[in-house]
Amino acid sequence: MLSLMIFIPLLGMVAVLLIPRDREELAKQVAFVVTLIPLLLAVILFVRYDRSVSGLQFAEKTMWISVFNIYYHVGIDGLSVTLLLLTALLGPICVLASWRNIEKGIKAYLALFLLLETGMIGFFCALDLFLFYVFFEITLLPMYFLIGIWGGPRREYAAIKFFLYTLSGGMLMLVAMIAVYLESGPAGARTFDIPTLIQLATTPGHALADRTFQIWAFLGFFIGFAIKVPIFPFHTWLPDAHVEAPTAISVILAGILLKMGTYGLVRINFAMLPDGMAFFTDPEFAKAMGRSPMWGNGLAFLGFINIVYGSLCALAQTDFKKLVAYSSIAHMGFILIGLAARNESGLNGAILQMFNHGVISAMLFLLVGVVYDRAHHREINGFGGLGSQMPIYTGITTLAFMASLGLPGLSGFVGEVLSLLGAYSKFKVLTILSTSGIVVGAAYFLWTLQRVFLGQLNPKYADMPEINGREIATLVPLGILTVVLGVWPSIALDMFNQAVRVLPLVP
Amino acid sequence: MTNVASIPYFIPELILIVFVMAVIIYDLAAKKKGSEGSAYLSLVGLAMVVIAVIVVGSEDRSLFLGMIRLDSFAMFFKIIITVATAATILFSIRSDELDPRTKGEYHALLLAVTFGMFLMASSTHLLMIYLSLETVSLTSYILAGFLTHSPRSSEAAFKYITYGAVASGTMLFGISLLFGMTGTGDVILLSSRLTEMFNTDDVYPLAVLLSITFILAGVGYKIASVPFHMWSPDVYEGAPIPITAFLSVASKSAGFALFIRLFYFGFVWEEASVDWSLMLAVVSALTMTVGNLAALPQQNVKRLLAYSSIAHSGYLLMGAVLLTSEGLQAVLFYLIVYLFMNLGAFFVVILIASEVGSETIDGYRGLGSRAPLVAVSMAIFLFSLIGIPPLAGFVGKWLLFWAVIQEQLYWLAIIGLLNSVVSLYYYARIVKAMFFETADETETLSFSSGHRVLLIIFIIPTLLLGVYWTPVYEFSKVSLGKLMG
Repeated sequence: MLSLMIFIPLLGMVAVLLIPRDREELAKQVAFVVTLIPLLLAVILFVRYDRSVSGLQFAEKTMWISVFNIYYHVGIDGLSVTLLLLTALLGPICVLASWRNIEKGIKAYLALFLLLETGMIGFFCALDLFLFYVFFEITLLPMYFLIGIWGGPRREYAAIKFFLYTLSGGMLMLVAMIAVYLESGPAGARTFDIPTLIQLATTPGHALADRTFQIWAFLGFFIGFAIKVPIFPFHTWLPDAHVEAPTAISVILAGILLKMGTYGLVRINFAMLPDGMAFFTDPEFAKAMGRSPMWGNGLAFLGFINIVYGSLCALAQTDFKKLVAYSSIAHMGFILIGLAARNESGLNGAILQMFNHGVISAMLFLLVGVVYDRAHHREINGFGGLGSQMPIYTGITTLAFMASLGLPGLSGFVGEVLSLLGAYSKFKVLTILSTSGIVVGAAYFLWTLQRVFLGQLNPKYADMPEINGREIATLVPLGILTVVLGVWPSIALDMFNQAVRVLPLVP
Repeated sequence: MTNVASIPYFIPELILIVFVMAVIIYDLAAKKKGSEGSAYLSLVGLAMVVIAVIVVGSEDRSLFLGMIRLDSFAMFFKIIITVATAATILFSIRSDELDPRTKGEYHALLLAVTFGMFLMASSTHLLMIYLSLETVSLTSYILAGFLTHSPRSSEAAFKYITYGAVASGTMLFGISLLFGMTGTGDVILLSSRLTEMFNTDDVYPLAVLLSITFILAGVGYKIASVPFHMWSPDVYEGAPIPITAFLSVASKSAGFALFIRLFYFGFVWEEASVDWSLMLAVVSALTMTVGNLAALPQQNVKRLLAYSSIAHSGYLLMGAVLLTSEGLQAVLFYLIVYLFMNLGAFFVVILIASEVGSETIDGYRGLGSRAPLVAVSMAIFLFSLIGIPPLAGFVGKWLLFWAVIQEQLYWLAIIGLLNSVVSLYYYARIVKAMFFETADETETLSFSSGHRVLLIIFIIPTLLLGVYWTPVYEFSKVSLGKLMG
């Protein structure tokens, strides 16, 4: 079933490419139907997923490259199932969002998009490190072209910057990955299997469990994922990529690609390299290693920087999309600080925040896209009074803003609070300082709301059409999710509660 | 094995010689000048050569009184070289660059250089090594300067000769020193003789060091490693494009065959006073860095690919100096992958040069809409050269880096990987021109079906080897044969 989910978009890509050039509508319809299939499968998985066990479910394992003991091994557990659902959900939404505003080469666009979807779904399912890496990198190519061909005026710069940053990270990951493979056993018994590696890395005396090794391997993987997340100071590609990318691609970028980084941090750094993790999240541990205890604050500190720096940058933006991009950086900070706590609350919060941010940032980018399609600019100060002109649009935007700034009752609140709650028991000062991010977050969202929707209607936009049915269709499922998860977070928390417990937690 | 007894095992080379003459005679006798007859005749010859190579087999034999060796390692390179030559001939068919009246000589020379490369892949005697290297060099000089009407081509040939003469002179000097000290030219005897001499303290270490360095200079020139790479950008830029493709793949492969054989049989002995491995690892790091950095500002695609090919020498060298079978296996695997992706990229350059009439990156503008198949193929070849999964180049690089990290050479692996990132930038400039920019002219370009088929022949392995590579990897292991003992 997982393989079906991974490769149906790939088949869809071939199908889309075979459609004659002049039948554009047909290509869109095919792509839409193709993306509905993984969604359907994801919903089935979500329903049939056994919430009471922590292990892997729906696993498939076939020998792929026997000389290196590489398996085609896919499966899901509580960590990946929600992200899988998110990916599958954003697929059809993004095809819908691209329906009218992609003018040239829609066929190639959809084909690349479907390839991207294969890469993303595969990444969240992969349980073999090699496969994991391949899917991680596969997403680069379509993304590069999607930004570079269909993006805004500075698309070439943004596309290559994205590519160079992510590839550099990927290369360090490759070194770490090979090192982990080589340490996993004597020649012939080496493995890339993530569950096995996790087991070996926690076996005392095993080469993989060696502390120094874990710290170096941690750094290799961490930088690779940190660029993807992105964590300060590796974040500079993100605002550029977001601003230039077409709406649907921004949605994928914020909704899924950033989660690939944080998911990797949980799956590899957290689960597989516990001592490496401890070194950067526990001052006592760093001290016991004979290093400055400051190392132990490393991850939480980076999370704090992301929150505060991202929020302050967002506050300074006048470009609507850039504002949302920087707010993403801030929200990723909450995930980091939750991870750094390494306790149940922090981790639950971090994982929930991944899902929530995927939903909310997707909404925000879709909303920016709606107004951009009509006004052809994104200057926050260039609007004004849209509230009376587009009441429905204003309503949905307000919902998304409130969810993003962490209003209780909406999903953003739950994730952030759990993360901070978890972190408070470990990093008191940093956590308290981080909450300032929420305040600044409220400031920039409310200020934007005021500048765009309230006040005198800008006469230029007196005949701006209201949000249409197709656009509403892309937003409604996400809006429902934010409300439902806000009042009833346990439907998501139940999914990964068990999985979180088997991670090397430190209460 | 004596000379006469050796002849049956030398049939592939003999077939090549026969066809060299046959092509010349055909060209003289043919009434219609400028036909492609000599090309097809050469292709028939190469097909026969491949069959003969396989029939003769790969059982270890020392031929012609220890001058050359027949083994699976040599067989591997013979097949690679033949495929590259065949591709070069196919590329040259209907090429606008070449004068149709000289096509006969052109093909005869290509077959002759192939013969020389066969010898390079199998020589085990210093004298034979020198002779084979010279055979290849001399014919390559002519091929590089084959465009007699083009000053650039003549310049290329002249530079090639000047550098080549210095390099081979240096090498010959090294050979004479080594021969004078050890009294043998047999590469296999060399290492035991040197060990013996070092054990009895009957040697000047500096003289040995110098002579081996000189010999490596000759080989380094052939594979275009730093600091012997200076000739290659000018030669690659000036030579006819099929010849550039040929030099970058076949010549390099033969050079690596020679290098590995010399290095592993001759220069590595237990009490070596110099850490050759480390020294050459530094050379490899320099080679890839210089190649990649110099490629960054290039506007001419041929020149860009020339520098990138220097960088790839660096990657290959990285695997070759490890002294492990994993490293060598990775080198052989990479050469197979490199054969397809690099020849494919050069083939696109040929197609664009003849259709658009430009060798600069600007000429590639808007190709994505003007010639989608060619543009997508080029993108696939270039991304494979960078080493992005799921393309074959990724697997090649993966195997190389795996071998390097296995030897704990983390610094080398990281330099290599950062180089891959640098290379992304200049390869992506071509991709950017093709897909992100628009051309002044917009009419679609059409290519003959033969060309499209040829392009697809190069694409298939580039894609397939990225996804499933066990058989080819096993083949590279078998090809190592007894080399690693």
